[in-house]
Amino acid sequence: MLSSIQSPRLLRLSTLHQIPLRCLQTSTTPVPTPSSPQPTSQILKIRKSLLSRETTAVEIAKTFLSRLRRTEPQLKSFLYVSPEDAVLKQAEEIDRKIRNNEELGPLAGVLAGVKDNICTSDMPSTAGSKILENYTPPYDATAVKKLRENGAIIVGKTNLDEFGMGSTTEASGYQVTANPWDLSRVPGGSSGGSAAAVSAQQCAVSLGTDTGGSVRQPASFCGVVGLKPTYGRVSRYGLVAYASSLDVIGCLGSSVADTGIVLQAVSGHDKFDATSSKQGIPNFASQFIPKDYLDSKPLKGLRVGVIRETLADGVDPDVISSLQHSVSHLEDLGCTISEVSFPSFSLGLPAYYILASSESSSNLARYDGVRFGNQVFADELSSLYGDSRAEGFGSEVKLRILMGTYALSAGYYDAYYKRAQQVRTLVQKSFRAALEENDVLISPAAPSVAYKIGEKKNDPLAMYAGDIMTVNVNLAGLPALVLPCGFVEEGSSVLPVGLQMIGAAFDEESLLKIGHIFEQTLQGYSFVPPLVGDDF
Amino acid sequence: MALTFFRGIKTCPLVHYPSAYFARKNGFFYCTTGSTETQFATQEKQQSGDSKVVPKTYRKSPDKLLKDYEAIIGIETHVQLNTSTKAFCGCPYSYGAQPNTSICPVCMGLPGALPVLNSKVVEYAVKLGLALNCKLSMDSKFDRKQYFYPDLPKAYQISQFDVPIAIGGYIDIDLPVEFGGGHRKFGITRVHMEEDAGKLLHTGTGNYSQVDLNRAGVPLLEIVSEPDMRTGIEAAEYAAELQRVVRYLGVSNGNMQEGSLRCDVNISIRPIGQQEFGTKVEIKNLNSFSSVSRAIDFEISRQVQLHSQGQADQIVQETRLWEEGAQKTITMRKKEGLSDYRYFPEPDIPGVTLSEEYVDGIRSSLPELPEIKRRRYENMGLSMQDVLFLANDINVAEFFDATIANAADVKLAANWIMGDIAAYMKNEKLSISEIKLTPLELGELIASIKGGTISGKIGKEILFELMAKGGTVQGLIKEKDLVQIVDRSEIEKMVDKVLADNPEQLKQYRGGKTKLQGYFAGQVMKASKGKANPKLLNQILLEKLNTET
Repeated sequence: MLSSIQSPRLLRLSTLHQIPLRCLQTSTTPVPTPSSPQPTSQILKIRKSLLSRETTAVEIAKTFLSRLRRTEPQLKSFLYVSPEDAVLKQAEEIDRKIRNNEELGPLAGVLAGVKDNICTSDMPSTAGSKILENYTPPYDATAVKKLRENGAIIVGKTNLDEFGMGSTTEASGYQVTANPWDLSRVPGGSSGGSAAAVSAQQCAVSLGTDTGGSVRQPASFCGVVGLKPTYGRVSRYGLVAYASSLDVIGCLGSSVADTGIVLQAVSGHDKFDATSSKQGIPNFASQFIPKDYLDSKPLKGLRVGVIRETLADGVDPDVISSLQHSVSHLEDLGCTISEVSFPSFSLGLPAYYILASSESSSNLARYDGVRFGNQVFADELSSLYGDSRAEGFGSEVKLRILMGTYALSAGYYDAYYKRAQQVRTLVQKSFRAALEENDVLISPAAPSVAYKIGEKKNDPLAMYAGDIMTVNVNLAGLPALVLPCGFVEEGSSVLPVGLQMIGAAFDEESLLKIGHIFEQTLQGYSFVPPLVGDDF
Repeated sequence: MALTFFRGIKTCPLVHYPSAYFARKNGFFYCTTGSTETQFATQEKQQSGDSKVVPKTYRKSPDKLLKDYEAIIGIETHVQLNTSTKAFCGCPYSYGAQPNTSICPVCMGLPGALPVLNSKVVEYAVKLGLALNCKLSMDSKFDRKQYFYPDLPKAYQISQFDVPIAIGGYIDIDLPVEFGGGHRKFGITRVHMEEDAGKLLHTGTGNYSQVDLNRAGVPLLEIVSEPDMRTGIEAAEYAAELQRVVRYLGVSNGNMQEGSLRCDVNISIRPIGQQEFGTKVEIKNLNSFSSVSRAIDFEISRQVQLHSQGQADQIVQETRLWEEGAQKTITMRKKEGLSDYRYFPEPDIPGVTLSEEYVDGIRSSLPELPEIKRRRYENMGLSMQDVLFLANDINVAEFFDATIANAADVKLAANWIMGDIAAYMKNEKLSISEIKLTPLELGELIASIKGGTISGKIGKEILFELMAKGGTVQGLIKEKDLVQIVDRSEIEKMVDKVLADNPEQLKQYRGGKTKLQGYFAGQVMKASKGKANPKLLNQILLEKLNTET
């Protein structure tokens, strides 16, 4: 499976250019809900209705909570939902502030879901693992603290693959989340709960984490916007570590603007995270110009590189069509499109799995039954460890711990870990070169649309291969934005396709600007799943 | 710089985290992998000791036997730094605090918590590296050393593996005179930064153990020596010199009893003339310099005994414990090959880069180190015994230096400090910084005696007063009217009076009983309340006694 993806089948740029726009639209792109409005920012909508006193924070919270209650039995996106009175109490506090004309945070009254591997002091934080069942940390993650300081209301903890290890949420220690577009399909992962919750409007925005694509791939599968910031942009303090050198907290929303506003809130240097950056944070919101004010060629002169290797064998033809359609759309907006070749692209996947597994084998060693997990009685210390861990971890986690332990073992370190680090350097160099020639790079977010629950459960290599589009970005530490760009019809279902835009380090601003314009000018799509219906 | 931050989180883990203890059925868990080993230094040079070089020499006496062998000794020392906060979090550390009262999510290894390096640790490491004449790594990094043990909350120790902050130095030692003296130079393989682990509390009767994480995350410097030492006393002196250096630098209190300075000794023997090293044995639980010395001497004779009896194969690679009570080493655990710590670069902590300016700044702020001090004292003409005494304790050395800075006589100052002052400190169990005497006043005292203002005897009296109560020499002399009488006519008057008052004795003296001179001198001194200059007194007395009027 891996090899089929690695063998490059070149899609010639000339072909790409020759396909006329109308041909793309008629032949390959189904339009499920014609003449729908453009995605609007939930955050700005909430803010506007609160400030105009059109409605109250309590009313907004009630609407979200009732939708959450209605959809949750089918979706199972949350591992923990905050008690209604706790949510309403926070909403009332915001309403009080409005009545008193007090200053409101940018996220006031915004219901946010938080992936369960991000620590919250008032809710359990299990990272989707049985080994942390009922564990409530004594502190809030920095990102959560900042969300709260900005006025957001944390509505609950979203489901994930155990410790973020997986691409479907099937590896959760508790439950499998369904895709709001087709309940028999996976929402993607590991931030599947966060993506499904935003897609079904169980919450307005959510935090996810992205180690190898865990924000972007579920965003693609669920038809929402997912933003993976530059490594170091958002503090990792309070993010339950999977692979420390790759882990990033990301934002999910139903519009580009929402992810930008959330990023604004959670970004910044943190003295509790030595790897967090002191880079200045631009005002992302200034990029979100309403559609009516845009020029006819608002992205004129923007250089966009299409990564050739992402349109190779193993990528769903419908996904390729959607990407080609996006390319045409970007051209219409004034972009200059060129093709970029990444000889090291296919090396990224094995390098990623070696590095991520190695780091995880170390990061997860602390769950040893002494303080976390169910302590199994044993005569010897080694059995206490072995038995407690055997009971507490799921099979995907065990698989990766074994792989990582092996890769770091004496005698194998040079062949695996060290070589993977060399690949990582190579990938970083390739990106740097490509981003000197181009302002952004684009690729599909995933080689396919959402697949059936259980389809790849017993074929981990097939599942890992699905990460081909995203892992290189983590190896290079770059920011990337995934936003819906089209649909694919699969039987009776219509499934969203995600477009990935990759930018230079700390240049989330460009991604948000381009993404916003792309989204606001993309005609004829509405990315609201049938599950949500008309009340949205 | 040291106080990078304090976390605002207070936790009471034994309440919040009821699983902070773990059950044990057999009463004691053996640690399968030690936390203080290094894969460098002595180890790689070691080879199997199964050689059959030495024939059976049953008839030789033990002392004679020892002469046929040489011991190869290397030491790994862990020095706990006295930074005000731990290495990677804002928790303070104080020895002997209530269990789990100085902990936070970071040093507890809670999910999501991240280490942030305390810059003071780097500063102290650079200080020690420079003091040990090492080459500094301008770009070093941290690594994770991974092993499971309940006192290690993250299941890895943040340490330094292949790029330690300092490498390739040496340390100078002057062996004590009573052990034959002599100067030695021992190589330092490396100095690296790492964090300490917590402590396990084993209940005497219960079937569980408890974990105290107060010490977890406390910064350590590990100093690995070259296998350059040959005897117990050399090893003990190496450790003592390290203690002096860290105390001089002020980076650690170096207290062995509290575990602020811990020595693990690696030792092997080989017949003299043999090139290959014998099998290495590690000794732990050495709580004083004398136990370092005695444990090594014991281990040398044990190994020589085995070797000379053809039982060299019974010297196995193992860790042995020094039992202070029984004065012997016993097997703690046998090694089954090398442990694999699966080191890899710590991704949570960026690399440590030193600038030339930073290093120069630290270099220029280094105090005078023990070796330099000793050479200086030696050049002043002090005996090695005096030199070692004075330079041994930084506080004593500073007191001495301050005393002679006031132009006091070097030899006299040394004698006072090593004699009456040291005796007083010992009796009263005080340190030199706790006595009331100041170096300035000691200088004054010495000058007053030398200048003849007071007698040596009175000087001694004043000294005890100064040590116990403080005050100034001048003040005490005035207050007690102790100025020596050097006025010839005044002494003459007193002599005349004594002679007049003791006609009988004078008669006897002049009749040949010259021993009575002492009696007269005593009487005159008594009359002067001890203040008469003895030399002058005797001179005048003799003159008068021998001049018949």
